[in-house]
Amino acid sequence: MKLITAIIKPGKLDDVKAALREAGVTGMTVSEVSGVGRQGGHVEVYRGSEYPIDLLQKVRIEILAKKENVDALVEVIVKSASTGSIGDGKIWVTPVEQVVRVRTGENGENAI
Amino acid sequence: MDQIVINTGDTAWVLVSSALVLLMTPGLAFFYGGMVRAKSALNMMMMSMVTIGIVSVLWVIYGFKLAFGYEANSPWYGSISLSGLGDAVNALANNGGEYPIPLLAFATFQLMFAIITPALISGAIADRARFVAWGIFVAIWVTLVYFPVAHWVFAFGNKVGDTITGAGFLAARGVEDFAGGTAVHINAGAAGLALAIVLGKRIGWQRSPMRPHSLPLVLLGASLLWFGWFGFNAGSALGANAIAGLALLNTQVAAGAALLGWILVEKIRDGHPTTLGAASGVVAGLVAITPACAFVAPWAAVVIGLIAGGFCALAVGLKYRFGFDDSLDVVGVHFVGGVIGCLSIGFFGSSAVNSLGLDGIFYGGGLALLGKQALGVVLVTFYSFFLTLLIGFAIEKTIGFRVKNDAELVGVDQTEHAESAYEMGGILKGGR
Repeated sequence: MKLITAIIKPGKLDDVKAALREAGVTGMTVSEVSGVGRQGGHVEVYRGSEYPIDLLQKVRIEILAKKENVDALVEVIVKSASTGSIGDGKIWVTPVEQVVRVRTGENGENAI
Repeated sequence: MDQIVINTGDTAWVLVSSALVLLMTPGLAFFYGGMVRAKSALNMMMMSMVTIGIVSVLWVIYGFKLAFGYEANSPWYGSISLSGLGDAVNALANNGGEYPIPLLAFATFQLMFAIITPALISGAIADRARFVAWGIFVAIWVTLVYFPVAHWVFAFGNKVGDTITGAGFLAARGVEDFAGGTAVHINAGAAGLALAIVLGKRIGWQRSPMRPHSLPLVLLGASLLWFGWFGFNAGSALGANAIAGLALLNTQVAAGAALLGWILVEKIRDGHPTTLGAASGVVAGLVAITPACAFVAPWAAVVIGLIAGGFCALAVGLKYRFGFDDSLDVVGVHFVGGVIGCLSIGFFGSSAVNSLGLDGIFYGGGLALLGKQALGVVLVTFYSFFLTLLIGFAIEKTIGFRVKNDAELVGVDQTEHAESAYEMGGILKGGR
């Protein structure tokens, strides 16, 4: 079992959600996060003074997946989240030891 | 002697104008409140709101008499009296001549000016003032600075027959300030600079971004100020007459021109015309036309507005050069705008526009009027700056004016008022 974590642009959330649903994903956790990568920040100007905004708004999507589905799902996210411009985000995959469905107590791959 | 009867049209206009000018102070609360960070938005607004309370009470007890009483026959202050205005109920306003409006309508109208002037100062000390200290400051400041200065500028004396007693120093010298470029804006601007020096810079100033937390609120505030300003300027005619009409139009066109002036500077300098710039430009233009609105032609009001908008847009950067944290640009907008407005009369003033005014340089009047205007600017600037410095340091050394560092970091909304401006129902706040 794996945990796929994707950091994407907020504006691409709907596209990614739709693509994942089409790929058979039924559950995900989405949160609003701030961060910085190679894109750096941007500059805002108030009364002539420049304010560098170094942390940008991003969206984090977390999905639990069976090991054999991981590569396909990552590809789905890359395709649907990409705009081709800098700041599109990042995806990483980590191993998961155990998953439990709270309602039924099922565990392992059945709980995904 | 003929009995002057109350003119209902004039009286109605002054009554309405009083309400319009009052609205400017809550408007200012929104204008300033949107410009600070979310953690001190309520405190910023409360500084304006509590000023309404404090000055209203003091005005009845002794404030009006100190500014507009004539019994002492002094150019520097009105009269010292604790009459509570009980003796004024049936009187007509007399300010360099009798007006056919009740004295108490005049007193109410002038009260609103006394309220907004100290409220304007609060923008210079955003995020870091003790609320109690601010309240004490307001009470002392209006007593020692605003009430006397209002007497210098706005009190034209009690006229009985041909004798005038108790006219203010600047008013008697013919310094032209129709609605308060000196008494209100230069006064507040100079005081703002003094308090910014007394309280010092905010933690992280110039290092961490202190972005306005809500530009829509700023715009709402600027709009309310603009609306109320028609009462401020056109109401100062104290009648529903031609001068009021002139002041009304000049107020509108100067504000519009200044909006354009400010965002034009931004477009050229920074590449983007901003919302904050548009709101600031409106206020800068309104400030600049305030003293001049009844003395210049409408085309001149456009020029004054453009100059004020452009100049103030450049002036707000000066605080970084000189290193004083005038947080919301009270100096850059109100002081600079006020000076531009007062001096502009020396150039654009026209006796053809207003027979009570003198001709400025462009109308062949020479330097005489500009000299008078400069006298008003200099006198009010120095008096306000140094006295405010004194009052500010006295409060800082005794009860303390500035909050502790940890309170400033947490935010003064929480530490001074036990409230927060925005409760979005997050799980950690017990909102669900």
